[in-house]
Amino acid sequence: MIVKTLRNAAAALVLATGGAMAAGGAGYVEDYDFAHEGPFGTYDRAQLQRGFEVYNNVCSSCHGLELVYFRNLMEDSGPGLPQAYVEKVASFYFVPDDSLGAFPGDEREAKISDRFPGSSMENAPDLSLMAKARAGFSGPYGLGINQLLFGMGGPEYIASLLTHYTGSEKEEAGTLFYGNETYPGGYIAMAPPLWGDDVVFEDGSPTDLESLSIDVAAFLMWTAEPKLVQRKQMGLIGVLMLSILTVLLYFTNKKLWYPIKHRNAPTPAE
Amino acid sequence: MGGIPHDHYEPKTKAENWLHSRLPIVGLMYDTLMIPTPKNLNWMWIWGIVLTFTLVLQIVTGIILVMHYTPHVDYAFQSVEHIMRNVNGGWAMRYFHMNGASLFFVAVYAHIFRGLYYGSYKAPREITWIIGLIIFLLMMGTAFMGYVLPWGQMSFWGATVITGLFGAIPVIGEPIQTWLLGGPFVGNATLNRFFSLHYLLPFLILGLVIVHIWAFHTTGNNNPTGVEVRRESKAVAEKDTVPFWPYYVIKDLFALGIIMIVFVAIVGFMPNYLGHPDNYIPANPLATPAHIVPEWYFLPFYAMLRAITFPIGIPFTDIVLIDAAFLGVVVMFGSIIIMALAPWLDTSRVRSGRYRPMFKWAFWILGVDFFVLMWAGAMPAEGIIPIISLIGTVYWFAYFLVILPLLGVIEKPLPQPATIEEDFDAAHPYESPSASTGGAAAPTPAE
Repeated sequence: MIVKTLRNAAAALVLATGGAMAAGGAGYVEDYDFAHEGPFGTYDRAQLQRGFEVYNNVCSSCHGLELVYFRNLMEDSGPGLPQAYVEKVASFYFVPDDSLGAFPGDEREAKISDRFPGSSMENAPDLSLMAKARAGFSGPYGLGINQLLFGMGGPEYIASLLTHYTGSEKEEAGTLFYGNETYPGGYIAMAPPLWGDDVVFEDGSPTDLESLSIDVAAFLMWTAEPKLVQRKQMGLIGVLMLSILTVLLYFTNKKLWYPIKHRNAPTPAE
Repeated sequence: MGGIPHDHYEPKTKAENWLHSRLPIVGLMYDTLMIPTPKNLNWMWIWGIVLTFTLVLQIVTGIILVMHYTPHVDYAFQSVEHIMRNVNGGWAMRYFHMNGASLFFVAVYAHIFRGLYYGSYKAPREITWIIGLIIFLLMMGTAFMGYVLPWGQMSFWGATVITGLFGAIPVIGEPIQTWLLGGPFVGNATLNRFFSLHYLLPFLILGLVIVHIWAFHTTGNNNPTGVEVRRESKAVAEKDTVPFWPYYVIKDLFALGIIMIVFVAIVGFMPNYLGHPDNYIPANPLATPAHIVPEWYFLPFYAMLRAITFPIGIPFTDIVLIDAAFLGVVVMFGSIIIMALAPWLDTSRVRSGRYRPMFKWAFWILGVDFFVLMWAGAMPAEGIIPIISLIGTVYWFAYFLVILPLLGVIEKPLPQPATIEEDFDAAHPYESPSASTGGAAAPTPAE
């Protein structure tokens, strides 16, 4: 809690001093909590499923997810959706037809062995890696301490971006830009995509703006780092095994050097 | 090898004799592994093994990554993500390789500063030192080109900025830049040649590492006292040394174990901490990132490059002899080349910093200077940062060009131990039963 307060205070300081960090273009990033944070954190499957619903119903109308296969949605360490459901979801997406006799430009319904399509809008970036391509507050003086302790902050950035529209608008060269406290520069081309109650969850999970934003940010963290659970498992097993090995080596080394370091004085006659 | 007298391999069986008279490879391995090593080496002498291990780690993971990587501007980014997502264990190979570069530089900086403090660069080890610095330069080149291969935003723009440095060289600069890039800008030809060289250079490094080890096996290791091993006879040499196997192999493996725990924790729990988020955005020649930063291990030298914002000219005229950009490049490369001259710039007769009271201060300030420059290199070049960088750069050069030559003259060194044995005995006194016969010791009834 104290850490959070300090972090917010420091973030506010960065905002207040403004110009000093202008080259970095840092915006305000709220420190939301995620299940996957910390060395033992894993994805919250229900949250990934909710986040996927948000992507499927809202984001996907403009943004692609072209590094992710539909079959990935069935992964145990990810959303873990049933195959029948994933097949049905895939059938709503269209991908280039690669079957024999198809003409360039032909499309067909996606199968679970296909990837999600890319972005349908020119200036809407692909979201597959977005959670790793953005970062949150790095720590005072750019020392990176916050990221060391709390993670790089990509999902926090995404959730903050979605919840920190200011409501102001400005027009530049015929394009409308929307005020946003998180986006570097303060104005973003994307209209507020979520307003709350954009999706309905069968299990009655909250659908307010903040909950939906956090859910979709968690889902995008999974699309960016699908092997996070396996990775942390490897880290834990690696650290434990190496610790045992190192303790054994410590005692081996101690015993080996004992006669060299502990010896009697040579006899004076020598 | 080597000037320190020690036992050599003697083939015993007929088969051993047969092989030894044709190819003395067992003897070479025996002599290398059993080399007499000063017995007072401290924990700063572990980095060589760490570096050798890391080189092997990088080569092995790298060769595996190549099996799935595509060096083409249209596919490179996708193929790296393919490795991360679809190749079995690919994410582990990639994260180990990516963070292995950082481990490599942590170890090499510790290794270099160890050499600077204990005077390992001084006669007769100048060749070892210079080969080491060549390895360091090749490492920097390899790491830089490796960072370009994923073809993210930082890859592309880092390559653009760094190859642009060569463009700053007067007259021949631009042709050199074009030649390096394989075209007028960073493109597919650049990616392909960087890939090719990124594969080649580690094997050159491997060869130079063998020469590096050969050189210091010829002169013998330095040690924390800087006092040479006595070589009158094998019996005398054995008072100062222990064989490398098993004493230092086991000690170094223990140290490597601790370092690997930290390394595996970083790879497992925060593999992207040392990287830059922008490199997860595919390279886009039309969009410049807000803040182009090199990897952390280049930052001190990057800070020196950026510290130079003024040209050198003839005073009171507008004639510019060396423009600011080129001067920055000269300073950056000069900061490493100046280190190669340390054996001749350091005039002190005392080798180890342990017995040099004034040198110690200068050395630790250099250490702090290195970290200050690293920090300054990461910050936007605004406000006070350029001045801090400039002061840091001036000190870096002053250390080698002014302080090292001067200290040898004005410093009064502390007394050194006569032998390594004396130093070791002072650290590990005899637990002598004979001390009681000396009669001075008080009786210890409790025991």
